[in-house]
Amino acid sequence: MGKIVARMGDGDRVDMTEAEVQQDLEDGSQDAAERAKIPPLTSDEIAYLMELYRRKDRVVGVEDSKACCLSYDNQTSKIERAHIPVSKFQQLALFERCLGADTLELTHIDYSFKQVKHVVIYDKPNMEQAVLSTIAPIFYGAMPNLGLYSVPDGPVANPMDLIPMDKIDEARESYAEMVEYAISDMVYVGSQLYEFGGCDGINFDTTAASGDAEFYAALKAAEILHEKYPDMGIEMGMSGEFILGMHAEIEYDGVRLAGLYPHEQVKLCEKAGVTMFGPAINIVTNQSLPWNLARSITFTKACSEASNIPVHANLGMGVGGVPLVLHPPLDALSRASKAHVEICRLDGL
Amino acid sequence: MGMHAAHAIVSGMGGMRTAGDLVARMQLNRGMRIDAAKSYVADKLGASVEDLACSVTMAELREDLDIGVVCEAPGVAKGIDAKFNIARLLELDINCVEMFKKRVGI
Repeated sequence: MGKIVARMGDGDRVDMTEAEVQQDLEDGSQDAAERAKIPPLTSDEIAYLMELYRRKDRVVGVEDSKACCLSYDNQTSKIERAHIPVSKFQQLALFERCLGADTLELTHIDYSFKQVKHVVIYDKPNMEQAVLSTIAPIFYGAMPNLGLYSVPDGPVANPMDLIPMDKIDEARESYAEMVEYAISDMVYVGSQLYEFGGCDGINFDTTAASGDAEFYAALKAAEILHEKYPDMGIEMGMSGEFILGMHAEIEYDGVRLAGLYPHEQVKLCEKAGVTMFGPAINIVTNQSLPWNLARSITFTKACSEASNIPVHANLGMGVGGVPLVLHPPLDALSRASKAHVEICRLDGL
Repeated sequence: MGMHAAHAIVSGMGGMRTAGDLVARMQLNRGMRIDAAKSYVADKLGASVEDLACSVTMAELREDLDIGVVCEAPGVAKGIDAKFNIARLLELDINCVEMFKKRVGI
C-alpha cells in the first residue's frame, strides 16, 4: 500500500496510507448519509475519489464536457481585500476579461443588506454604469445577516440574551421582528438594483448563518422579489449544511425550517422563486480532507439530484471540501472542484 | 484568496473566452440546468455543445455574431451593444437592455 500525501481540514499536510484514505472516504460519506438520511456514495464513486488522491498531479481538472458556470460572492471586494487599489468597475473587468468569469457581481465592501441599504443611492448608479460596459450576466449581492438587526448592532432585543433567561417566547418575538426588518431591506435593495440599476439578478449569500429565522427571511424576500419581477435571476447561497434551529418553530410553506439539509433546502428555494441554489457544506477541521470531501459530495449530490434549478455549490475557504485557510492549496482545491462537479453533476460553483 | 483563477481553470466554462457567460444567462434567468442551457445556447449559436467550451471556435463565432470578444477589436460590439445582440440571439429579455430601450425611447 502506497503513501498518500493528503491534508487535514485545516490545510495541514498529512501522510496517510491508502487504507486510511479509503476508510476516511467511506466514513465521511457515511456521516453525511446518516445525518441527512440520504444514500452514501457508491463503491464506484469512492473508487473515483481514491484514484483522485493516488494521482501525483498538483492540479486536476474536469472533463471538457462537464465544464460548468462560475458564480461568486462579494466579487468586487476580492481584489480590494488583497490591498490592490482598483475600483469596482476595474475589478468587474478583470474578472470578466482576465479571470474567465461566467458571471459578475457588484457588491459593497460591507457585504450585508442592512449595511447596503445606506449606500444603495451610490451603488445604483454604479450598477447602471457597470451594465453598460460589461457583457456577462451581473448580480448585485449581499448577505441577509439577520444578526445585525439585534442589540447591540440593531434595534431588536437580542434573542441570545433572552434565551439564557428562559424567555423563549420573547426570543421568538424578537426573531419575528428581526425577520420583518430583514425582508424589508432585502426587497428594497433588490428592487432598487434590479429596477433602476439594471442588474440581471440578486445574490443572497451566506444565507441562514443566523439559523432558521434568517432562512425564512431570505425565502420571503425571494418570494416577494420573484412576484414583483418574474424575470429576475435569484441566487441563494447557504452558510452551512444544516439549518440551525435558533427559533426552532418557524415554517415556510408548511415546512419547519430547523434541521433541513441541502436536498430539502433547495425544494423550498424553488417554491420561493430562486433560480440558482448554492449548498454549503462546512469543513470539519480536525478530520482529513478525504473525509471532508466525501462528506461534502454526499450532501451535494443528494441536493443536485433533488433540484430542478441550477446548483452552484459553495467551494471556498472552509466549505465544500476546501480547507479552512485563507489561501487554499491547489492540490486540495482542484480535487474538490473536479470531484464535486463530476460526481454531483453540478451546474456551477 | 486566489481561488478564482484555479476554479476557472479546473471547472469553469471560461466566461467570454468561450460561451460561459451565455450559458450562465440561461441558468440565471431561465433556471435551466447545465445540459439544457448548453444545448439551448449551442442551438441558438448554430454551434455544437463541444464548441461552446472551445476558446478558438468561440472567439471566431463571437466576432461573427457580434456578441462581444475578450480582446479589443475595432468595430465589434462592446458592453451594452453586445447585450442587445445576445438578447436577440438567445431570445431572452435582458434587464439592462430593456431599461436602455425604455430610457432612450426605442
